Amino acid sequence: MVAGPIGSDEPRRLIPMVNAARSMTFYEFDSAEYLRVWREMDERDEEPVVIYHSHTATEAYPSRTDISYAGWPQAHYLLVSTRDPELTEIRSYRIADSTVTEEPVRVVNATVDSTAVQTYMFGHLPADVDYECRA
Amino acid sequence: MAIQIRVPTILRSYTGGQKVVEASGETLADVLTDLDSRHPGIRARLVTEDGGLHKFVNVYVNDEDVRFLGALDAKVADGDTVTILPAVAGGAPAVAHPES
Repeated sequence: MVAGPIGSDEPRRLIPMVNAARSMTFYEFDSAEYLRVWREMDERDEEPVVIYHSHTATEAYPSRTDISYAGWPQAHYLLVSTRDPELTEIRSYRIADSTVTEEPVRVVNATVDSTAVQTYMFGHLPADVDYECRA
Repeated sequence: MAIQIRVPTILRSYTGGQKVVEASGETLADVLTDLDSRHPGIRARLVTEDGGLHKFVNVYVNDEDVRFLGALDAKVADGDTVTILPAVAGGAPAVAHPES
């Protein structure tokens, strides 16, 4: 996830998390790591601003499971689909009260061709997307 | 007996916006019942109809996930801190299927 000052909506601090489920189709934060990271964020008056994960075989849209677990209503849920070896899909959503609202994504400071982003202009995205977060 | 409960943003509508509240009890089950008497409705977000802890929350007593302490039977003592966090998890099927 990416933390930022509470209420700022600014993703400032990237915190890669272990997938404790160690699965290609399910992810969950490691419980102990989450508590440690949360306490540190709390001390720094931070909250999660971006929570990201990837879908290895399906589109970059929140699954029913993703929606049911979305417990940080202020966060941007960033989804990366790696189902296609040539084309990576990056989409972002707000999820609150089980309602999914897509928001546009714009890649900045990218090392890829900026015209590679075919749709979803405007909005904010961390400069580095951690593709190592699998499932 | 005072047990400190740290409540995540999503549950603060039950606590009048407070991040930290107090409750008492000797087990987590008792604490949540007491908590609910002071902040009605919060327990239903934490405990399912079957009487188990919701999988959508992580609950800790001090530094330990209560899953390892007997879940709702976890013992709590005066001065302990119970931390509640929304579980961060998700998944997608291994095989693509028509979006429903």
